Amino acid sequence: MALTLRVSAWRGGADGRFQEYEVPRRESQTVLDVVTYIQRRLDPTLAYRFACRVGMCGSCAMTVNGKPRWTCRTHVDKVAKDGRLEVAPLANMPVVKDLVADMREFFDKWAKARGQFVPSATRADDLAAVKPASAARREADAGIECIGCGVCYAACDVVRWNPAYLGPAALNRAWTLVSDARDAGQPARLRAVAGDAGCHSCHTMMSCTELCPKKLSPTRSIAGLKRATVGVAFGDGES
Amino acid sequence: MSARIEARLWWAQRLTAALLAFCVAVHLATIVYAVRGGLTAAEVLARTRGSVPWAAFYALFVLAASVHGAIGLRTIAGEWLAWRGRSADGAAALIALGIAALGARAIAAVVL
Repeated sequence: MALTLRVSAWRGGADGRFQEYEVPRRESQTVLDVVTYIQRRLDPTLAYRFACRVGMCGSCAMTVNGKPRWTCRTHVDKVAKDGRLEVAPLANMPVVKDLVADMREFFDKWAKARGQFVPSATRADDLAAVKPASAARREADAGIECIGCGVCYAACDVVRWNPAYLGPAALNRAWTLVSDARDAGQPARLRAVAGDAGCHSCHTMMSCTELCPKKLSPTRSIAGLKRATVGVAFGDGES
Repeated sequence: MSARIEARLWWAQRLTAALLAFCVAVHLATIVYAVRGGLTAAEVLARTRGSVPWAAFYALFVLAASVHGAIGLRTIAGEWLAWRGRSADGAAALIALGIAALGARAIAAVVL
């Protein structure tokens, strides 16, 4: 293991540039450890975002050596074999400053994809019995652990090419709700996720699935939406 | 375009892709099997002239290719050139009609 790591970190806004730092190598060092070292020891003006440090909150994702990663659980060993590390803000989002990307549109698209649960029962009703082994429940389970880190969105070429595209995370969220037997919002949701901004734009390139730190498959969820939206193409009702 | 029309275009492209998988396979296998003196219109027509089944097969092929190709080019125009909207839709429709017209000429030569 080399004694130091040469780190290029993005500084400034969209028109910024990379700045070089030397950071001591440590055993089991994560990329977030490296960024934190720079901010605490070398340059307190470096802006970055993190919260939980244990892979739960989805705050710390950055572009690491060209690929979006959750930095708190990405070991330097895995991504910087030649002792060089390049960290930049997530792609496909505006840069706020340095390593901080503006995730507003990313989350707004969850709302556009009707990612809100729409209750079909009132508090007077009994609890819904959803069998854990039912097909729909298993589909929902497969996608439900998303932490909203934005890695899939930053990895997606269709997001880059088509600014209206809702993106893998929002569509994955919609699919977990389409698979939720208790939800009453399906017609509006299926209309929201169909078409050019929705599931039909996905080219199944699977960058989202390859890079999702939670090992989810948004591609699979989007394929589910393509099946579920047949009614939008050929059924009755407003489009 | 509305989500409904976009979703229909997606289905049209999927269905024509399935047709093309079949048509292209038959098309290429026939070329490999049947062509003896070079791939020329005269030789093909000598073999297929008056054949309604071949005309019907190629009518399906041409239709699928024109629909599939135009939808795909429209998507590429949107994603790679940021060319979207009515002008891109119109250009794609013209391409579909153009491919269909070129193919219709060949089919007409078989049966007319």
